[in-house]
Amino acid sequence: MIEIKDLHKSYKMGSNSLHVLKGINFTCEDGELVAIMGSSGSGKSTLLNILGMLDGADSGEYILDGVPIKDLNETKAAQYRNKFLGFVFQSFNLINYKNALENVALPLYYQRVGRKERQEKALNYLERVGLKEWATHLPSELSGGQKQRVAIARAMAAEPKVLLADEPTGALDSKTSYEVMDLIQKINDEGNTILVVTHEEDIAHMCKRIVHLRDGVIVEDKKIEQVRAESYVQ
Amino acid sequence: MFNKDRWKEILEVLTTNWFRTVLTAFGVFWGIFILIVLLAAGKGLENGINADFGDIATNTMFMWTRRTTKPYEGLPQDRRFEFQREDVQTIRDNVPNLRFISPRNQLGGFSSGGNNVVRGLNAGAYNVYGDYPEIINQDPMTVTSGRFINYNDINEKRKVAIIGQGVRNDLYEKGEEVLGTYIKIQGVNFLVVGTYKKNTSDGGEEAQKEIFVPFTAFSQAFNRGEEVGWMAITAHDGSSISVLKEKIVQVMKKKHKVHPEDNRAIGYFDLYEQYNRVESLFAGIRWIAIIVGTFVLISGIIGVSNIMLIVVKERTKEIGIRRALGESPWSIKKQILMESIFLTIISGMTGIVFGALIIYGINSLLDSVGPVDMFLNPSVSVGVVASALTVLIISGLLAGFIPANSAIRVRPIEALRNE
Repeated sequence: MIEIKDLHKSYKMGSNSLHVLKGINFTCEDGELVAIMGSSGSGKSTLLNILGMLDGADSGEYILDGVPIKDLNETKAAQYRNKFLGFVFQSFNLINYKNALENVALPLYYQRVGRKERQEKALNYLERVGLKEWATHLPSELSGGQKQRVAIARAMAAEPKVLLADEPTGALDSKTSYEVMDLIQKINDEGNTILVVTHEEDIAHMCKRIVHLRDGVIVEDKKIEQVRAESYVQ
Repeated sequence: MFNKDRWKEILEVLTTNWFRTVLTAFGVFWGIFILIVLLAAGKGLENGINADFGDIATNTMFMWTRRTTKPYEGLPQDRRFEFQREDVQTIRDNVPNLRFISPRNQLGGFSSGGNNVVRGLNAGAYNVYGDYPEIINQDPMTVTSGRFINYNDINEKRKVAIIGQGVRNDLYEKGEEVLGTYIKIQGVNFLVVGTYKKNTSDGGEEAQKEIFVPFTAFSQAFNRGEEVGWMAITAHDGSSISVLKEKIVQVMKKKHKVHPEDNRAIGYFDLYEQYNRVESLFAGIRWIAIIVGTFVLISGIIGVSNIMLIVVKERTKEIGIRRALGESPWSIKKQILMESIFLTIISGMTGIVFGALIIYGINSLLDSVGPVDMFLNPSVSVGVVASALTVLIISGLLAGFIPANSAIRVRPIEALRNE
């Protein structure tokens, strides 16, 4: 599903150049649930941004679902993001003047799905994250966990190839974190490929594979026994 | 363009911060309002002055004789001379493109002050003109009863008269029959065959106190022979009397043996030149209105642009999210542009409507208090409104352009990092 070869990325900070990713090689099969771990500054967010086409790599190959991703202009990148990727952010990033349903329907709108179908699909996804009754509520009326579930529903609504989650539980207490992870696991059970960036050990162990990053290189890549989040959720 | 979701979004964005939206809109509203009101006021002034000119044929000159100031061909300086009736034909033969040449003679008015017209026990001082029938085209009046002078009157030197409403009010009882009665002008009886009313607003009372009699009868009754007091000459619409007048004066000088360089022997008044001067004054006023209005409008538009920049700044993160979700940059640009255009047009339309209401109000006020000097029917044409709208759309585009570009210049990753 994802194939990365010798990926480099550096940022210019004034006259200095900061080499963040120093040759990443990484593949990810269909249906995997991968945790990308590392301390801050290890380059994990940069990697996710490049995977999410929010940022371009300096050199190296990136192939997503058989499509080489390179030399994208913004219009093309937007199209690919819409078609291939779903994003879940630490700070939820819901649009605050749109209600839950409209937020979920947004990526469908960019896919030019008709209004009625869009509503139906969005409602369907809200139901799957257990927030059907909250469809008409604004983000400000939702709790952190609910917001993140809306964000997940939004990311899933476009039926992406890969779901990218950047610290999805970073702003949540542990109980809510487990609820969100439970949801992510269930989505993964349905066969969706998910990448989770996190620095929390317990969250990482709820995935099926952990990739450790340190100073811009992968230092460890291991498959693990998945801890089901269900057991922590009453 | 007619996408329900997009419009919903535009309304959502604009109604989120009502106070700011209204303040922003006010800039454009005010600009277009000032523009409309200024243009209408200019038009009102123009209409007022034009009404003062009335229906007078403006392509007209008046010409009279004075004393010569240079000796010429053995004739002395300071010589009196008079236009003759045959001069009309001379001018006609030598100068093309003239529509009317009316020789005129006059009694009363500025030449003498005393009463010159008597009817029974009533008497009054009026301007009495000896005229040809064409004069009604150059100095228009409405014949309210009877008829005007015709060529039979001229040929037969009939002593008939057409009197103004003012004369009638002075000399006749109310409701008394006027036609068929006689009035005595400087001791000579004239049969009243018509009454007239002038519609020029500036002449006022004086313009209604005139008496018109056939030129030939006037000459005979008051011993003028073939003399002509002055002439009213109107050119055809295509040609300007200001151009032709040189030729006319030249022809007259030659005929009356006046030194070609004697500029004071023949006096004239070029109505068209005066009219043009006033016209160009109005063109000036119109330009001032347009320039002032446009500058006010520009400051309004800068206001819109400014606010749109702030809106974009505020929504940087939202725009980042949208782009992460796959909205194309062009779509975002379109959104910002449409918000800006929408805001500009709505506020501009409100300005136009308010301006129109003010104009309407002033018009009905003018109607109720009666005519005001030099101001009549202020209005703006549909063309002006249409071009104002075009300007609004273009300026909305311009106002949105910089903010829209800055919206898509921010890369989504940076937008999302902005927390």
